[in-house]
Amino acid sequence: MKTLVIVDHSNNKLEKSTLNTVKAGIQLENVDLLVLSDSCKDICNELIHIKNINNIFINENDAFKNQLAEDSANFIAENFKDYTNILFSNTSNGKNIAPRLAGLLDTMIIPDVIEIVDKQTFKRPIYAGNAIATCKSKNKINIITIRSTAFEEAEISHENVGEIKEIGSLTTNNLTKYLNSELTKSERPELTSADIVVSGGRGLGSAENFQVLEKLADKLGAAMGASRAAVDAGYVPNDWQVGQTGKIVAPNLYIAVGISGAIQHLAGMKDSKVIVGINKDEEAPIFSISDYGLADDLFKAVPEMESKLN
Amino acid sequence: MKILVPVKRVVDYNVKVRVKKDETDVELDNVKMSMNPFDEIAVEEALRLKEKGVASEIIAISIGLSEVQETIRNALAMGADSGIFVNCTSKLEPLSVAKILTSICNKIRPDLVIMGKQAIDDDMNATGQMLSAMLNWGQATFASKLEIQDKKIKVGREIDGGIENIEVNLPAIVTTDLRLNEPRYASLPNIMKAKRKPIDEIKVEDLNIDIEPRLEILKVEEPKSREAGIMVKSVDEMIEKLKNEAKVI
Repeated sequence: MKTLVIVDHSNNKLEKSTLNTVKAGIQLENVDLLVLSDSCKDICNELIHIKNINNIFINENDAFKNQLAEDSANFIAENFKDYTNILFSNTSNGKNIAPRLAGLLDTMIIPDVIEIVDKQTFKRPIYAGNAIATCKSKNKINIITIRSTAFEEAEISHENVGEIKEIGSLTTNNLTKYLNSELTKSERPELTSADIVVSGGRGLGSAENFQVLEKLADKLGAAMGASRAAVDAGYVPNDWQVGQTGKIVAPNLYIAVGISGAIQHLAGMKDSKVIVGINKDEEAPIFSISDYGLADDLFKAVPEMESKLN
Repeated sequence: MKILVPVKRVVDYNVKVRVKKDETDVELDNVKMSMNPFDEIAVEEALRLKEKGVASEIIAISIGLSEVQETIRNALAMGADSGIFVNCTSKLEPLSVAKILTSICNKIRPDLVIMGKQAIDDDMNATGQMLSAMLNWGQATFASKLEIQDKKIKVGREIDGGIENIEVNLPAIVTTDLRLNEPRYASLPNIMKAKRKPIDEIKVEDLNIDIEPRLEILKVEEPKSREAGIMVKSVDEMIEKLKNEAKVI
């Protein structure tokens, strides 16, 4: 039994979620890592210290710079057919590549795993987390994506653990070409991986009023989110949307302000470790899932909270 | 240009799903069903390409029991030209769906398949990518912008932290994300018109495909419910709790 973890990175910077995926991999045994990049050195310098791993396979190729699914999936399918488990982080890269690989290898992907019950049995959320399915795999190769918030990070050693080995060669695809990226220039952390999220709802009343929340978010080093109602009302851009049809988040602290707590929204944030609800309506459903609720006028409470944090 | 749009019938996104008492599935009896929201976006995008004169024909396809024909009718009422109903009584997972769609694509040879990035029931996010692999076509997942240029498409993809622009040769698979468009409602005259549009029926057995599931669902359970928390009286108390009790700030 061999487990391969595909290392996720953007612009040759290691994605932290890889460490959670390695931790999940260790539960399955015999972990090797694979780095596909145009320059593997910096990433490998970090990976080499992860405890309980064996080989770090690398392939340096300009074509891997932007991790096109066609190239990555072909390469993995050709070189790692004999593995029992192939794990990806459930990031936009993982979600793009893993199912394509599963299609190539005629295996049913097991996405967004939150618990490994045994070597063939996995738990994953369905219906946006409103139910949890336990699936027993009859696959010969399990291709799995791991929800990073459900696993700890792998431990790091001071010594070098993994052994770096070059592997394989790539025939680049002629189906798809990378053009460019427009990355959101924000001082704030990315919504789905932020430690703290401050979210606003229809209760904010206008786009301008969201600045009240943004100040609090910046004080906390938090990402900004919103309910679908706030997005539909045009207060904030769609990519702030947390909920069943938006982003699923599970930060350490989720502060829901002026959000009533529609099912749609709860589905996207109810796995947060600590939930704070601030709403002037004492009966708002958000309080039924909040660890700490404050029934108060948000335009008074939020600035007060912001000024009292240091 | 011919566009194929797979559509799935799922529990309406406004329904609070409940797990069955015997923990075999969620309750599906007497629950409102609708077209998967991401598939509606896919239909809308195909319609816009037709309105721009880029696409000439839009075919909606759905697989399942006879009820899924309603979902095909919805797509036709929005403006799709015809439908394909693959009659299948077994439970399907994305791998099987991708195999069925591969077989259909090989028959009808679309230039473009536009489909939802995931269904909001099983949340798999897999069929589009699997279909691309099986057809050896390029894939543009999580699309929030789509332009057709000659024999290529230019797609803006939603990635963690922004947008990635890629170019994909046709034929290709596009999976839709939320920001791609806002789907239209079907007007009453169009709903009436849709009743006369053709739907071809195919029996899944006639396709000779292995659709045996590879994942056995042992149990479907409620997620751990959250303990009801406490109401604090002031901002000071809130900050104190977050610092000293929850230790999150």
